[in-house]
Amino acid sequence: MGGRLHDIAASLIFIVLYGLSFGMVLFAISIGLVITMGLMRMVNMAHGFFAALGAYVTVWLMFQEGAPMWLSVVAACVVVTLLSVLIERVLIRRLYTAAQLDQVLLTIGLAFLGVAFLNLLFGPDPQPSALPASLAANVDLGIRTIQTYRLFVVALGACLMLGLWWLFDKTDFGARIRAAVDNRRMAEAVGIDVDRLFAVTFVIGCCLAALGGAVGYAMLPPEPMYPFKYLVIILIVVALTGFGNIKSGAFIAAAVGLVDTAGRFLAPTYGSFCVYFFLIGMMVWQNIRTAEP
Amino acid sequence: MTVGATITRLFKFCRFPELWVALLAGLCFLLFPEYLSFATSVLVTAIFVLSLDLVLGFAGVVTLGHALFFGCGAYAAGLISIYGWNEPISVAVAAAAVGAIVALVTGPFVLRLRELPLLMVTLALGAIAFEAANKATWLTGGDDGLVGIEFKPVLGAFEWTLSSKTAYFYALAWLCICLYLARRIVNSPFGLAVIGVRENFRRMALLGAPVQSHLLRIYMISGAMAALAGALSTETARFVGLSVLSVETSIAALVMLVVGGVGRLYGALIGTVAYMVVHHVAAQINPYHWMFVIGGLLVAVVMYARGGLLGLAETLAGSVRRTRGAR
Repeated sequence: MGGRLHDIAASLIFIVLYGLSFGMVLFAISIGLVITMGLMRMVNMAHGFFAALGAYVTVWLMFQEGAPMWLSVVAACVVVTLLSVLIERVLIRRLYTAAQLDQVLLTIGLAFLGVAFLNLLFGPDPQPSALPASLAANVDLGIRTIQTYRLFVVALGACLMLGLWWLFDKTDFGARIRAAVDNRRMAEAVGIDVDRLFAVTFVIGCCLAALGGAVGYAMLPPEPMYPFKYLVIILIVVALTGFGNIKSGAFIAAAVGLVDTAGRFLAPTYGSFCVYFFLIGMMVWQNIRTAEP
Repeated sequence: MTVGATITRLFKFCRFPELWVALLAGLCFLLFPEYLSFATSVLVTAIFVLSLDLVLGFAGVVTLGHALFFGCGAYAAGLISIYGWNEPISVAVAAAAVGAIVALVTGPFVLRLRELPLLMVTLALGAIAFEAANKATWLTGGDDGLVGIEFKPVLGAFEWTLSSKTAYFYALAWLCICLYLARRIVNSPFGLAVIGVRENFRRMALLGAPVQSHLLRIYMISGAMAALAGALSTETARFVGLSVLSVETSIAALVMLVVGGVGRLYGALIGTVAYMVVHHVAAQINPYHWMFVIGGLLVAVVMYARGGLLGLAETLAGSVRRTRGAR
């Protein structure tokens, strides 16, 4: 009897920690898209490319140049930030007022270019995704052992959530963004430069995606098709979160991570469906709720 | 015979533009006999892209999961043949019916949504179908696909040969039929109503048009046509792989349509040919390099040529006409 309870508790901890850590990586990757879609109503199918580039740069610096992980992650964020400034100025800026189909298409084109570019730079094979020894070690939680890496990612995700909450709820910048999300024209009328705000948010979003990709490289190993492979799950998080809502973004990402991990763990054959049914159920429910007057 | 009479005759001939497609395809048959199996897949894909054009270009339903219908048709045709019925034309029609039924079931959910939720739900439906086919190994063969598919000769006379001659003309015949049907539908009062829904669905509803039923009907027609294309791909390739249901298939069709020109019947055709030829040539050099070309093309089309290649041609023709008029 006690053994059984122990088993259940151990499985539960496993699901929660693995699900949460996956959810936190998803959160970091998709939160940028949540904000930019909330602000600009812009669908960005190429968002996964920024995460992929973050993961690639990290892995390349760690395994080819022997740099420590923290430095590689920071460098990845810097590289992606610079690139995203360029892309925003040249391409994305013209799309803010375009039809949705155009946004989808141009960003799919960007994602194609991104995949070809990653293949050209790093080759077609998946990159190594081994962890540094300090993170690969196991921690004993009493009931079962868990990789330090998972705890590290959960902790980092919590810090990120706190930081974003502070940024969006407590600072002047956050207030401007919330104002622009709620009512763009009114925000412009009171003198907020929404276009510049868009640009800054886009770049922040890309930087966060790079952070998510860089930290999560052991969960989502870098390969050229990365931007398309994880596109669906990123978009699921974004669609469930709704527009520009950071707080629910964290919870939704965690929930998607948990549902996916629990589904795969408890029912290996049909577990991968769970997250899709979760999505359709939520979408239809939200739609019914908003359709009522 | 005067020049005027010749032109009048040519115009009468143009009432069936499908014949031009048939003529061009016949020319391709004479010019590139060694590429027939590739050309067959182009024709089949063109039917699929045409079906997407009906729902996206004319009804304005932006879907990312159209491969659902293509895949259902492909698997339906494969399964019907494995379970013993091998007459190709009836199998294709049956697969089209399956596509229409799938559209009838999914349509009421999908067509109520707009914008991002619409994109997401169509994407998720496609992903669920893919996962389902992947897991249901007993039915679909999973990763290995369906093998051992055989079909009787077309009309009992034309054997399926290795040179794909039969397959090529069989697919071409279906393409011409589909183009004809699509043209008739688009130019009918129903087609106009569907375009009206695309332009302003609220106003159409205010005018008393049954918006949902219009959308569902065009969705079912499109689903049936996509499933037909899937069935043809099964019949011509004698194999069904998981990729018929993948998200990449949906996205590729979307890209082909856009490159050719959305909302123009022949855009689907031209886009498919352009995309597949580029893909075929560039993929021989490196399996990823074609993405440079297609990605660049896509960006260029959205930024500079909103109507795709056909739109570009129209603009050029228009400016030529204007300069001539000025002279």
